Amino acid sequence: MSDSPNGVPLLEVRHVGKYFGSVIALKDISMQVHAGEVTCVLGDNGAGKSTLIKILSGVHPHDEGELLLDGKPVRFNGPREARAAGISVVFQDLATVPLMSIWRNFFLGSEPTVGVGPARKLDAGFAKKVIRDEMRKMGIDVRDPNQPVGTLSGGERQAVAIARAVYFGAKVLILDEPTSALGVKQSGIVLKYVVQARERGLGVILITHNPHHAYPVGDRFVLLNRGRLMGSYSKHETSLDQLTKMMAGGEELERLSKELEQMATDTETREVARELREEAR
Amino acid sequence: MSVATQPVPSPAPRQVGVSDERLAGVGLIVRLLQRPELGALLGAVAVYLLFASVDATPGHKFSSIAGMQNWMDAASSYGIMAVAVAVLMIGGEFDLSAGVMTGTCGLLLGALITKYQQNVWLSIVVVLLFAALIGAINGTLVVRTKLPSFIITLATFFVLRGMNVGVTLLFTNTVRFDVSDQAPGFASAQSIFGSTFLAPYNFQDAVLWWIAITAIATWVLTQTTFGNWIYAVGGDANAARAVGVPVSRTKIILFMYTAMSAAIVGIMVALRYKGIQTGQGVGQEFFFIIAAVVGGCLLTGGYGSAIGASIGALIIGFAQIGIIFAGWDSNWYFTFLGVILFVAVGVNTMVRRRAASARGRG
Repeated sequence: MSDSPNGVPLLEVRHVGKYFGSVIALKDISMQVHAGEVTCVLGDNGAGKSTLIKILSGVHPHDEGELLLDGKPVRFNGPREARAAGISVVFQDLATVPLMSIWRNFFLGSEPTVGVGPARKLDAGFAKKVIRDEMRKMGIDVRDPNQPVGTLSGGERQAVAIARAVYFGAKVLILDEPTSALGVKQSGIVLKYVVQARERGLGVILITHNPHHAYPVGDRFVLLNRGRLMGSYSKHETSLDQLTKMMAGGEELERLSKELEQMATDTETREVARELREEAR
Repeated sequence: MSVATQPVPSPAPRQVGVSDERLAGVGLIVRLLQRPELGALLGAVAVYLLFASVDATPGHKFSSIAGMQNWMDAASSYGIMAVAVAVLMIGGEFDLSAGVMTGTCGLLLGALITKYQQNVWLSIVVVLLFAALIGAINGTLVVRTKLPSFIITLATFFVLRGMNVGVTLLFTNTVRFDVSDQAPGFASAQSIFGSTFLAPYNFQDAVLWWIAITAIATWVLTQTTFGNWIYAVGGDANAARAVGVPVSRTKIILFMYTAMSAAIVGIMVALRYKGIQTGQGVGQEFFFIIAAVVGGCLLTGGYGSAIGASIGALIIGFAQIGIIFAGWDSNWYFTFLGVILFVAVGVNTMVRRRAASARGRG
């Protein structure tokens, strides 16, 4: 786990808070993102994960605390500034246009051109070469960069979005629920890309509500609950069971499992209830 | 259709250990079907053969050069507009005022030349600027209100339609504006916009304009950054915005281009016939849309080509002239176009499902 050259975290969040009117969306959140590490932000729906991403990616300014990039305090006026500073978000919808080809999607908004004046045109050859190279680094062999993105699987589309962020200079890569819409196998493939991005020296922030996806790839785990920091652990300080339990709120889960067990009439439901209680323990 | 086709890359050698990441192989037939204009091209050949075989004129005029002059003339006026409407449709929007705009612009030209005795070239510049303004208004309203462009431009259509007749009546007490061939600059302007070439066949200048506009639109769509943005704003405006494409500006420019194309067609009609009727262009907006859709454009945006739209216009030209040459009642023309549209939409939908479906390929 290599740190930044000077030992300072790539991105540090110190006691950050955010209010929407009288609603406390986030309060006293602290976390560190190191180069070559995956920091997982875990939380159930409404825990404040989205608000945190929006602060990190420059969509919302924070109201309290500070944001440090390479040890220097920063404040972003919009997503463009955050991206220029090297913080890229791969959103759930991936920001790709299904009917457009892979290479056109990859360079959309930052098209490479050759020629001058009215003869200036897209440098398709360069674009396709870059796609092949970048995707090969992720272990994908793109045979036809002209293929519409819509014909790719969910995992492959995720890979294109990640490769695009990395190619355009992301140092911190924020992945917003990358596995939420995917099946088991595709999720595994995406987690492989997460590890690859880490190995290429990026600081990865993986937002998820699934501890089973977070634990195998994560180096640090930040748990959010109702806008507050519930805990912050490095991998050796915690286990998958512990994470799961904390995420669901152990006692609550135990109570639920008991209720379920009482209601259960068939063996299958009883089995689920028993498993739930195991997890809560 | 080599202009729009990307070079087919040779398959790269497969890497070892990536068999779990199958990128679906794309066969030649699927690749061809993915070209938006292929269906239209096959359709055009079929329609041509049909009308060439039912041709009842002495000497089979339909398949002669004189016949070609006829159907190219018919197709060119639709074609110039169909390309604009197709590019706008690729950008995800409609312009129902595109037909009536040709009339509005021609009438404005007539008013400037005849009523205010302006130089023809100066009048042409003013008409183009006016069209750009109307296009910008259409585009800005669509972008700002977020209402469907179908509704916004339907409103523009009716506003202009009423104005065309109302204003012309006020000025001339007739439903026509004459364009005097004595006006300064008329001869030179007509030689560019409304005369003929290739004697003795006398093809209309509009044919050259049509071909040039199709070529330029194809180049912009497939080879430029702006073309990339057009496909993106039509395909998924939110995704385009997220990666920094100026969505609103792109759409407004497309509306301006459509309106200015209508101005060019209006100018051509007014100069060629030395006058223009208030009814000019009304109802033609649907022909433009038919040509664009037959040419492979998706009504939902993000897919299509300028060449396809031109082939669509050519099919309309075949039908319009072919039915006359066959000696049929010309009302069947509309029925024929309706059937063609049905078939084209069916084929397009099939193609889109193939192109966009993520299932059954991973």
